[in-house]
Amino acid sequence: MPANFMPSAAEYFRFAPEIILTIVGTLVMILEAMTGDRDKSSLGYVSLLGLAAAMAAAVAANNDPGLAFQSMIIVDGFATFFRVLVLGVGMLTILVSTNYLSEAKANSGDFYALILFSVVGQSLMACANELIMIFIGIEISSIASYILAGYLRDDRRNNESALKYFLMGSFATAFLLYGVAWIYGLTGSTNLGEIRTVLSHGTAPTAMVGISAALMLVGLAFKVSAAPFQVWAPDVYQGSSAPISAFMSAGPKAAAFAVMVRVFYTSFDSISNQWEPVFWIMSLATMVIGNFAALQQRNIKRMLAYSSIAHAGYVMVAVTSHSAVGTAAVMFYLASYCLMNIGAFAVVTWMARDGEKFVEVDDFSGLAQKQPFVTAILTVLILSLVGVPLTGGFFGKFLVFKAAIDSHLMWLAILGLLNSAVAAYYYLRVLVVMYFREPGASTVNLPPVAGTLRVAMLVTTLGTIALGIFPGLILGFATQSSTLGK
Amino acid sequence: MHSLWLIPIFPLVGFLINGMLGRRFSKTVINTVAVGSVVLSFLWVLKALSALAPLNETYVEHYFTWISSGTLDIGFDFAIDRLTMVMLLVVTGIGSLIHVYATGYMAHEGGYYRFFAYLNLFMFFMLTLVLAANYVLLFVGWEGVGLCSYLLIGFYFLKKSASDAGKKAFIVNRIGDFGFSLAMFLIVISFGTLDFQKVFAKASTISPEVQYGSITTICLLLLVGAIGKSAQIPLYVWLPDAMEGPTPVSALIHAATMVTAGVYMIARSATLFERAPIAMDVVAYIGLATAVMAATIGLVQNDIKKVYAYSTVSQLGYMFLGCGVGAFSAGIWHVVTHAFFKALLFLGAGSVIHACAGEQDMQKMGGLMKKIPITFAVLFIAAMAIAGVPPLSGHYSKDAILMAAHARAPWMYWVGVVTAGMTAFYVFRSIFLTFFGEYRGKAHPHESPAVMWVPLAVLAVLSLIGGYAFNIPEFLSPVLPMHGGVHDESLATIATAAGLAGILLAAICYLFVPSIPGALASAFAPIYQTLYDKYYVDELYNVSIVKPIANGSREILWKGADVGVFDALVNGAGTTSMALGGLLRKMQSGNLRTYASWVLIGILLVMGGFAVYGGAK
Repeated sequence: MPANFMPSAAEYFRFAPEIILTIVGTLVMILEAMTGDRDKSSLGYVSLLGLAAAMAAAVAANNDPGLAFQSMIIVDGFATFFRVLVLGVGMLTILVSTNYLSEAKANSGDFYALILFSVVGQSLMACANELIMIFIGIEISSIASYILAGYLRDDRRNNESALKYFLMGSFATAFLLYGVAWIYGLTGSTNLGEIRTVLSHGTAPTAMVGISAALMLVGLAFKVSAAPFQVWAPDVYQGSSAPISAFMSAGPKAAAFAVMVRVFYTSFDSISNQWEPVFWIMSLATMVIGNFAALQQRNIKRMLAYSSIAHAGYVMVAVTSHSAVGTAAVMFYLASYCLMNIGAFAVVTWMARDGEKFVEVDDFSGLAQKQPFVTAILTVLILSLVGVPLTGGFFGKFLVFKAAIDSHLMWLAILGLLNSAVAAYYYLRVLVVMYFREPGASTVNLPPVAGTLRVAMLVTTLGTIALGIFPGLILGFATQSSTLGK
Repeated sequence: MHSLWLIPIFPLVGFLINGMLGRRFSKTVINTVAVGSVVLSFLWVLKALSALAPLNETYVEHYFTWISSGTLDIGFDFAIDRLTMVMLLVVTGIGSLIHVYATGYMAHEGGYYRFFAYLNLFMFFMLTLVLAANYVLLFVGWEGVGLCSYLLIGFYFLKKSASDAGKKAFIVNRIGDFGFSLAMFLIVISFGTLDFQKVFAKASTISPEVQYGSITTICLLLLVGAIGKSAQIPLYVWLPDAMEGPTPVSALIHAATMVTAGVYMIARSATLFERAPIAMDVVAYIGLATAVMAATIGLVQNDIKKVYAYSTVSQLGYMFLGCGVGAFSAGIWHVVTHAFFKALLFLGAGSVIHACAGEQDMQKMGGLMKKIPITFAVLFIAAMAIAGVPPLSGHYSKDAILMAAHARAPWMYWVGVVTAGMTAFYVFRSIFLTFFGEYRGKAHPHESPAVMWVPLAVLAVLSLIGGYAFNIPEFLSPVLPMHGGVHDESLATIATAAGLAGILLAAICYLFVPSIPGALASAFAPIYQTLYDKYYVDELYNVSIVKPIANGSREILWKGADVGVFDALVNGAGTTSMALGGLLRKMQSGNLRTYASWVLIGILLVMGGFAVYGGAK
């Protein structure tokens, strides 16, 4: 047993965001029990404050980067970036949800607590430096997400979604854990740095190392919905409530990518000749399946689900490039992706209304005449999803493909660009419908845009524009942090 | 920090407020926001300048890194030196006056809030252009003012000629902007940066080139940009048409500020141009040719705004001439004095048009001296200033340019002198036709309200003393070295005499012996007609460029390439994609057991992949 078993104050400080979130989450559950039948929106605001405090703690922790708890936790720029990102996703999700939940008469502290706990898991994933920690983070995040997917328990679609998500998720996590067991057996460690050191000696049998890496990749690929492990995503996103789809498509995905980059760039660095070709094929397959399947979708949630698969494919391209530029691209892309995707789901949340009756693309017909504000918001977000310049989506794609070209993945870059041209078709159809069709039944009695939802829409849209015009805002930090602390 | 960013931000905020909410505002609110924001800018300029005086060094404010790509770093930086200071004062000072004037001029127009929103947006971009510390940011302002110019020329967009003129300005400027973009690319290739200070520092270590080289190419391309923006041969055709916009727009954008951006850009790049003698010569020739050509056209036009538009083109030619012969500061001096008297001419013309209920044809004016005496007085001062009568403002700057031209090549001086004579002639022709003789129109002319004539009076004072009071070349000497141009009394006297002769000739033709112009026109009918029809340049462009492009686009590109090839390809690709999408959709049965099998197959594939590539090693 190491001499310094008792953690120092600095180590607790590095772990403060997770501690804060856990306390606030528990507090929210207690408050829920104490507040009886009153309106629970205030619990949402408490949760927002908790997330904000955790974000401040995450930023503060970055002033003193380093390891904690016997190297199980690592705080570096990369971890901080993803911590702030998933915390931000949590805040936006709450802003999108409160009004939706009140309408559905399901506003409750449990919901907010579950969001907080899920974010704890993602935050842990962002700063885990050890395979067991990663597994625990994934499980904390996932179990909360499974419940959230079925949160409206009287809704048949929610139930189906939750069950599918749970079964498929458990299936995939099992493979991850199996991979962890293999690698422990091979190297005698679960610490990412130590695994790296052992593997770099080249004494471990290559084939077996490959199998353990493959098993872990399967688990992570499931979480980021990379092909061929994306089949669950469309069903789950379509079946869950729109705010939850927003959350699931952003936070867990970003955290899983953080883990993927850290594990493969750190531990499996020495066998990159094995995994790079597999990533190459997976990223291409993910882009193709996401984009082409989205072409035929009429349901906007399902379309966004496929689109989020396609975006995972673009991020995979950056991961495949296996370089500092690629890491920075992953970070930037996920930040802008989270903004635009949550923004788009926020609009869907507003449009769908109670019971989610209006979730077809055609339901947006003539929206420009009826609700110019929301139309403008969705226009910007969709242009960003397409990757039109002056939006964050453009710079994300630019950086991803630049990273690919820098790493001599010319063909992957070309095929990826062709894919993004295909994507323009299904995205722009939404714009066509909004601007050039006559309003139909879905745009009669449009609800007002609730204050919190409006804030979420504005933050995501302005953030998207800001990233498009001033990418330096976060690109500088991403570039600095792209050499992971090892 | 002196918060230079506030200078352009004020008008931007004004634009946002009026643009988004102006429809619901009363005119008083719109006026307060629009005029107030520009006046605030002006005050902030004064404050920054007093804090930065004497400004012997360039002062730079770095806000953030805007674009970072490989070794290229482009900052969002503002810089201020004496050249910028002069431009800032002109833009915000004249801008404020014209905004005030416009509240009176536009009082009865529809789209009031839209007009002022655009005008404020223009100020924002113009100030960005002037404050920019690198070529890219300058280009942002450059394109922005182009956009505002387009919007304001086509302000009366229901009138086809106005919207056509807007499009023409925009398209012609694209040609120039293309040159500017290429110049920027070449600067990056040659110097690895676009920051003014770094580019010029690197360039000054290179000895002046004699033959064609990259600096010469850069300068020629920059010149292409300047030609478009500042309406020089062969791209000047958009400026006369731009007079379709409201008169305050003509005064602010198409006389005092935006069109001088080309001159500013060349002066800003003086370090480069000084190392490219061939490019300098081209600048001088183009300037001189434009000055002469536009002046000859101005001799015979009857639309008062057209006369002043060609006059602007001609005077811009003078400025180019000044820069081309190495007297950059003289060119900028003329920018300043020209801003005074040309803004005054346009605003005065606006006042005349306002008084005559929208009439612009000078044939239908006359005898307005007694009816609108203030307008007459200020226009008379402006005319004297542009004619180069000492000691008015135009006299000084024009002299400085002509002296420098003489030092470079005497024939340039002589051509310039003749042009000065023509300038005096056409400007006084417009004065005599408008204010003297009998009134030939049908309206009931009346003097403009105080908000209109007070700015005129201020500009008149500036036109009177602006040359004597502001010795710009001396002030700019730390930034822009003055070349040649030893003041020679006899040469100055000849130039002044040419101006006075032009005035006298105009007086003879239009006051004392009114039969002369008609007789001359019929005696030299072909020449008169050619000048009246502006050398048929528009027609020439139409036949040689516009028509072939339009026909080629329609027959070859649209019907041939687009419909025949691309549409077919796209439709084919679309059908194929859709079919593939349908196939992929079948993967998604909704059945969990199927999904599990997919996952299993996936796992085998991934492990197989690792095995294949692991084994290959």
